[in-house]
Amino acid sequence: MAINFEKALGIHEQALRVRGQRAQVLANNLANADTPGFKARDIDFKSALQGQSQLSVGSTSMKTTSSGHMAGQTLSSDNNMMYRTPTQPSIDGNTVEEQVEHAQFMENGLAFQASFTFLNSKFTGLMSAIRGE
Amino acid sequence: MSLTNIFDIAGSAMNAQSIRLNTTASNLANADAAASSSEATYRGRHPVFTALNNDILDLDANNNGTNIGVKVLGIVESDAPLQPRYEPGHPLADAEGYVFYPNVNPVEEMANMISASRSFQMNVEVMNSAKQMMQRVLTLGQ
Repeated sequence: MAINFEKALGIHEQALRVRGQRAQVLANNLANADTPGFKARDIDFKSALQGQSQLSVGSTSMKTTSSGHMAGQTLSSDNNMMYRTPTQPSIDGNTVEEQVEHAQFMENGLAFQASFTFLNSKFTGLMSAIRGE
Repeated sequence: MSLTNIFDIAGSAMNAQSIRLNTTASNLANADAAASSSEATYRGRHPVFTALNNDILDLDANNNGTNIGVKVLGIVESDAPLQPRYEPGHPLADAEGYVFYPNVNPVEEMANMISASRSFQMNVEVMNSAKQMMQRVLTLGQ
């Protein structure tokens, strides 16, 4: 009975990756808090995670049978990017609300930690299984 | 990797905000710099921000369509009217006795200063959070 790492780690690996991507999008929103006309965006976490886990199970990337072929674009995170609906839009067309983005960033950071803890405990479990102690 | 991009994003924002603070400092310092002609008078300076698009720096194919930070397009001079004051005794007064003062509004500049320093702080915090997340990832499996 071999240990399958893909199955052993579960969804946490993909979750961690999507959390990292979302942190980038939110950091970008916060960076452009004073840019006129900037529209705040966010990742739809659920569909992004579904996309990621589908990618890892049955990969949708293009087949390259010759060295001249290009890999092509796979389903990427921009399909799950959505514009945020502001509660108080700014007069210069900027839709970044600092408190909302900050709260989302912090929440995302905590969820990242949670995913990391789960992933880490999976590794700890595997280690003790390998050692057999 | 997206976590390393956060440092670039927050760094670009901190850079932009420090340029904004710089122009504010320059405007406030020159708020009372008189001149004898409207051409020679200091005019308020303001940076123009724009979102930096990933199309220019396509670092990661997985992130197409996302912005990666903020960029200062340039610094423009305000075209608000200058303040001519009738001060015949002033050494810089022109033939009619007028001295020109800059179109800097100190109240506006103070508000700008507070906004810029708060935005700077926020980006420092974002960078710190990203650092913590990365440090945590480095301890994976330990």
